Amino acid sequence: MATVSDQISAKREKPEHVRLTELGKPVTFLEAIREALWEEMERDPNVFLMGEDIGVYGGAFKVTEGFLDYFGEERVIDTPISEAGFTGAAAGAAHMGMRPVVEMQFMDFVSCAYEPLTNYIATSRYRRSGPVPMVVRGPVGGGVRGGPFHSQNPEMAFFHTPGLKIVYPATASDAKGLLKAAIRDDDPVLFFEHKKLYRAPGLREVLPNEDYVVPLGKARIHRQGKDLTIVTYGYMVHESAKAAEQLAEEDGLDVEILDLRTLLPLDDDAIVASVKKTGRVLVVHEDTRTGGIAGEIAMRINEKAFEWLDAPILRVTAIDTPIPYSPPLEDYFLPQVADIVTACRYLARY
Amino acid sequence: MADVTGDAFNGDGETGLSREQLHEIYYYLQLTRQAEEALVNLYRQSKVIGGLYRSLGQEATAVGSAYALHRRTDGTGDFMAPAIRNLGSMFVMGAPVVDVFRQYMAKGNSPTGGRELNVHFTDFGKGYLGPISHLGVMIEVLAGVALSFKLRGEPRVALGYSGDGAASTGAFHEAFNFAAVQRAPLVVIIENNQYAYSTPVSKQTAAESFVARAPAYGVPGESCDGNDVLAVYAMTKRAVERARAGGGASLLEVRTYRRKGHAEHDNQAYVPPEELAYWEAQDPIDRFERQLLARGWATADELAAIRARAAEEVEWARTEAEASPLPEPESALDDVYGWPPIRPLWTRLPNPDPHLW
Ligand SMILES: Cc1ncc(C[n+]2csc(CCOP(=O)(O)OP(=O)(O)O)c2C)c(N)n1
Ligand SMILES: [Mg+2]
Repeated sequence: MATVSDQISAKREKPEHVRLTELGKPVTFLEAIREALWEEMERDPNVFLMGEDIGVYGGAFKVTEGFLDYFGEERVIDTPISEAGFTGAAAGAAHMGMRPVVEMQFMDFVSCAYEPLTNYIATSRYRRSGPVPMVVRGPVGGGVRGGPFHSQNPEMAFFHTPGLKIVYPATASDAKGLLKAAIRDDDPVLFFEHKKLYRAPGLREVLPNEDYVVPLGKARIHRQGKDLTIVTYGYMVHESAKAAEQLAEEDGLDVEILDLRTLLPLDDDAIVASVKKTGRVLVVHEDTRTGGIAGEIAMRINEKAFEWLDAPILRVTAIDTPIPYSPPLEDYFLPQVADIVTACRYLARY
Repeated sequence: MADVTGDAFNGDGETGLSREQLHEIYYYLQLTRQAEEALVNLYRQSKVIGGLYRSLGQEATAVGSAYALHRRTDGTGDFMAPAIRNLGSMFVMGAPVVDVFRQYMAKGNSPTGGRELNVHFTDFGKGYLGPISHLGVMIEVLAGVALSFKLRGEPRVALGYSGDGAASTGAFHEAFNFAAVQRAPLVVIIENNQYAYSTPVSKQTAAESFVARAPAYGVPGESCDGNDVLAVYAMTKRAVERARAGGGASLLEVRTYRRKGHAEHDNQAYVPPEELAYWEAQDPIDRFERQLLARGWATADELAAIRARAAEEVEWARTEAEASPLPEPESALDDVYGWPPIRPLWTRLPNPDPHLW
């Protein structure tokens, strides 16, 4: 019987759209994710993909375009519309030594797989039933007029579940390195990809032409500053950067931006280090306010760095409603650059 | 399991439709097709916000099935929930074309005030429930609608639609099984249009058909040619009347075809062109037109007049919808709860201060 790796070697040339880094060309956030998946599948025959329309169609956002032809339908599986079924099946495969990577067509649909993820998968290691090395990845986020069910940021629905890891990158380089780390990690990882980052021209980067990973659980300073700290992640890293530029120009404020990158486990050390440096903290997230990660971050700062604070910890978030569809409503729902600027000014004056 | 194909009137004439009713069915078919064509134009002008989903080639399934329901405006009739290809069913239930256009254009005076998209809107008086995107969920909700009809002894029926893809969800199975056990008056139509996005039906089920599940659920099942509007009507009518008479749930399957991509952005590169050509020749509206004329149920002039009436309605609705305003931003805060209201971001208060929040 032909092994999986025999099948790969029998395949045709690696297509150009997954060789951009090899060719020294810049890649988008989406292309970085595609390269990570491709390279991991080449590196480890146990890595395989499951999801809706990921094969012939290459996925709703074309992340897996060209994968079916190269890796074959055994490793690029078009599933029925059964998120709970194939996510739970990924756990079984992971027990058997496979490294499944599951795509949610939109992360909004991960709610259908809440049961296997939070019950079976998250607790397996703790129950001494073995680790569950698998990744659930997919597009998240608003601002694309997708309405209440194609715009969600469901990270906090899982944040409260010990045993899961949650990754939410903001740059192409991190997306690639973190996805590789997630696939190699022995624990289940939820990997969130903001739709507005996928093809953003400003995020194109030439990546190192080598096998690199970005460790899970480590935040990153996106912008150095000394006056106040914005703790954020995902698309809001870039909105915060716009606000920081405006504040530098108009107010002479020097804002530091900490990109969390991994939400669970949370990098307390990086947060505390920045608080000790600036003494003022704004948390910005696209997720809604109540139960958003800002609450947890504020508590950790309170526990570990209260004495260093010169002002209350504040937050800018989406409003506490479902995500509306119509542009004026969605723009009102989402945190905007102007909100971040207003909040930073308040903090700086405090 | 009876399988009605071809001309439903060849049998015992049980469809029992009058000439006026046949004309009305033709009107709804035309209204659906023409409304979608107008939406395509609006979409190309970037006036549709987000995606546009077509039911081209599936209009008969939508219209024929909903036509079998008791339609009222005071909340005493049958109930249904559309899937994304059931614009025609919405029209039959009395949804105004202008509402659909306002929904697609995210207008403030759309039934959801711009909060939700396309056919995702509700009218309790007319008897339709706006679906959410998560597939399978509406079968759950309709099981409860049907259950309440049974508990209150009301001779009313709930009709649910599922795609061939949506029938793979756990929600579909759990809900339909529950309704079957309860002998609730729920009729579910699986609209087998051969694709779920790009995924062919052979990747959704290893079974030959969906209706083959009926005996396993312990309910009657029937399937028919979904491009024959009268066959769809007759089949649905039988199931609906059985449910109304206390006969419990039924599982129906229509065989049809999605002639456009999943949504307008999808160019269907995965579809063999011969397949499209074959199904174009099966166009349900052309077929019904030929049937009406051949049987002498309508004259060419009558059909032309009906088409013109649909065109007028669509044109009026388009103009109204285009002139409609977008919602006020602050209206996003309303209706999360009956009480209390949701507050705006503190950064947007006239005097931005978190202490005042
Ligand atoms: C639970 C869930 N998973 C995934 C999706 C994304 N999605 C929307 S429509 C669709 C295909 C639906 O196919 P089918 O049920 O056959 O209906 P059709 O579009 O053919 O009418 C998919 C995968 C969804 N809406 N809900
Ligand atoms: Mg389908």
